[in-house]
Amino acid sequence: MRILNIGMNHKTAPVELREKLTSDDMLDYLIKTESIKEALCLCTCNRIEAVVVTENEDDARKAIISYFCRLGGLSQDRILNFIYIFKDLDAVRHIFRVASSLDSMVIGEPQILGQIKDAYAEAVSRKTTGVILNSLMHKAFHTAKKVRTETGICESAVSVSYAAIELAKKIFDTLSGKKVLLIGAGEMSELTARHLISQGVKEVVVANRTFEKAVELSSKFGSHPISFDEIPIYLIEADIVITSTASRHYIIKREMLKGISRKRRNRPLFFIDIAVPRDVEPDVNKLDNIYLYDIDDLKSVAEMNMNQRRQEAIKAERIVEEEVLKFKRWLETLDIVPVIISLKNKTHSIIEKEIKRSESKLKDLSPEQKEAVFVLCRSIAEKLINDPIIFLKSKVGRSSLNTYLDFTRKLFNLEEQEKGELYEDSRHKFNNK
Amino acid sequence: MLGSLLFKVAIFFYVFASAGFIVFTIKQEKRLFNIGFFLLILGFLVHTGFLIYGYCLLGTAPVLDLRSSLSFFSWCIVLVYILFFFKFKLRILGAFVTPFSTFLILISSMFPICFGPVKPIFKTVWLTVHVGTIFIGNALFAIAFLAAVMYLLQDYYIKNKKFSFLYERLPSLTTIDTINHYSLIYGFPFLTAGIITGAIYAQIAFGKYWQWDPKEVWSLVTWILYAILIHERLAVGWKGRKAAIMSILCFVVLSISFIGTSLFIEGYHNIKQIERLGAIG
Repeated sequence: MRILNIGMNHKTAPVELREKLTSDDMLDYLIKTESIKEALCLCTCNRIEAVVVTENEDDARKAIISYFCRLGGLSQDRILNFIYIFKDLDAVRHIFRVASSLDSMVIGEPQILGQIKDAYAEAVSRKTTGVILNSLMHKAFHTAKKVRTETGICESAVSVSYAAIELAKKIFDTLSGKKVLLIGAGEMSELTARHLISQGVKEVVVANRTFEKAVELSSKFGSHPISFDEIPIYLIEADIVITSTASRHYIIKREMLKGISRKRRNRPLFFIDIAVPRDVEPDVNKLDNIYLYDIDDLKSVAEMNMNQRRQEAIKAERIVEEEVLKFKRWLETLDIVPVIISLKNKTHSIIEKEIKRSESKLKDLSPEQKEAVFVLCRSIAEKLINDPIIFLKSKVGRSSLNTYLDFTRKLFNLEEQEKGELYEDSRHKFNNK
Repeated sequence: MLGSLLFKVAIFFYVFASAGFIVFTIKQEKRLFNIGFFLLILGFLVHTGFLIYGYCLLGTAPVLDLRSSLSFFSWCIVLVYILFFFKFKLRILGAFVTPFSTFLILISSMFPICFGPVKPIFKTVWLTVHVGTIFIGNALFAIAFLAAVMYLLQDYYIKNKKFSFLYERLPSLTTIDTINHYSLIYGFPFLTAGIITGAIYAQIAFGKYWQWDPKEVWSLVTWILYAILIHERLAVGWKGRKAAIMSILCFVVLSISFIGTSLFIEGYHNIKQIERLGAIG
């Protein structure tokens, strides 16, 4: 059994190709492929990943690649330029890194874990996962959680609008009940305003040169539009002002704000100026209790936080590496599972056979006594095979393991079941757990 | 002897609690804060024991010399911080307050210990009430002062876009301002009560309510300044930077009236005068 991961992400493939490959029936296709025993596929706007467990790596790889070719409308040679292929531990590592958001476009972004969980839930509901993928995915979630709690990779805002919100929180503590004045109805200011609303901001008032646009945007926020002339009045009420007009001159000048502090009872006022050229005169920042951040300030905050995340990512990679090693050890224990199962099966069949042979001698016993005899036999047999099993487990990960497995087979004269059948068996067991 | 042993043990706990809070501020591990807070509570309990012991020994509040006044002041600050912590849950404040009160108690330990019989005029409940209320008021103002320092730092960082190590650790401006606000609002009644009970005590001890003693004058000035600050805050709506600067100024005046008049300015609150009066011989 091998783990195979074929996929593409924002670094390896352009969006035109990625969007063609986003297909709902990929999972069906994968699991119908003969050589693929377990499958899971993850499609997000930044990546397409097929993760499969296969008996025949070549077949599986060819099947996946030809599927990619068909959807992408590219020849095999061309598609190879856009995809990556990871096997076994490299695949494990890749999945762990993706789940921990180390492979994301914005390192540490939290959505990816949710997307992977959804993909896994989908695969589970279609019963396309088994022992290996179940364990792999649970370990991936565990790794992601560990990375998140033990490193600062998800801390601090790395986008301009989140950086603005973080700053606002450093000023106001909480944003609930705060009033926002939006000057200019640009896309960026709308986005920032939306973030602010999600943080509990009470009211968003929109002012725009063309009044219709103000009406349009304010209806989206369920608030009311104001005219440009009303801005000075609203500067007294507002807590946060976002400006993003295309004006060539300052809209908010220092003089406008000079006497305002007293009327505002010295409440802090936070200007977020995302316009280029700027809308707010820089000197405004010199006034007491008024804070001004322009787009460059916010970008540098975001960039600084991004650097911090990159630093944390180094720690995260180490955690991933540790978890990959743990998973490797677990995979190796899978090698001894068939031997252990057939050893157990053999003892059980011996017990059953022997009890059947002695049935005539045992017929006078009461059902309880019969049961006691059965339990006695079973515990003796299990005690006997216990030490060999412990011995085999202790050899996991050693090069000598195969010798010992062979030796055990010969010693107990084990006829192993068909590997596939056994596999189904253990998969069934896992799912029952 | 028991007194000095308790005193030393309290100092010991305070020093380690301060270290705990400072390391917590750097490392941001909650466990460190919990250790620091636990040590602070231990130190506080031992310190309380020390004060009770002193009270029993002297028959009055142990505040008659600078050594014990500072130690009592330090105790008041710790008390107020512990109460504030349960109200505001602000961990970072500990990193400012605990070192401050540890500093005070360390200074106090450098002054000589005075022993001797205490004159009957000091053995009255009015002295205890006077000193107790004044000191609790002062402790609250000390916290207002520290919050004001925190405010100015954070204001500076946000204004100048300097995202230093403290920027991340200090709470929001609004939170710090709230701490400042409440410390002032709670502190003022205590200061007022302290001055009134002081006057009553003066009447009992010296037969006069008010003698224009330097400490009385300075206390009056302090009271007026704080009254102005609180008025501005409540009526005019002073907030933030201005309020922070003003509460720092007020605290400077308070320190002069508290320590300056005890040491350098003649008057009956002067420690030497108290000694001359035969409080401690």
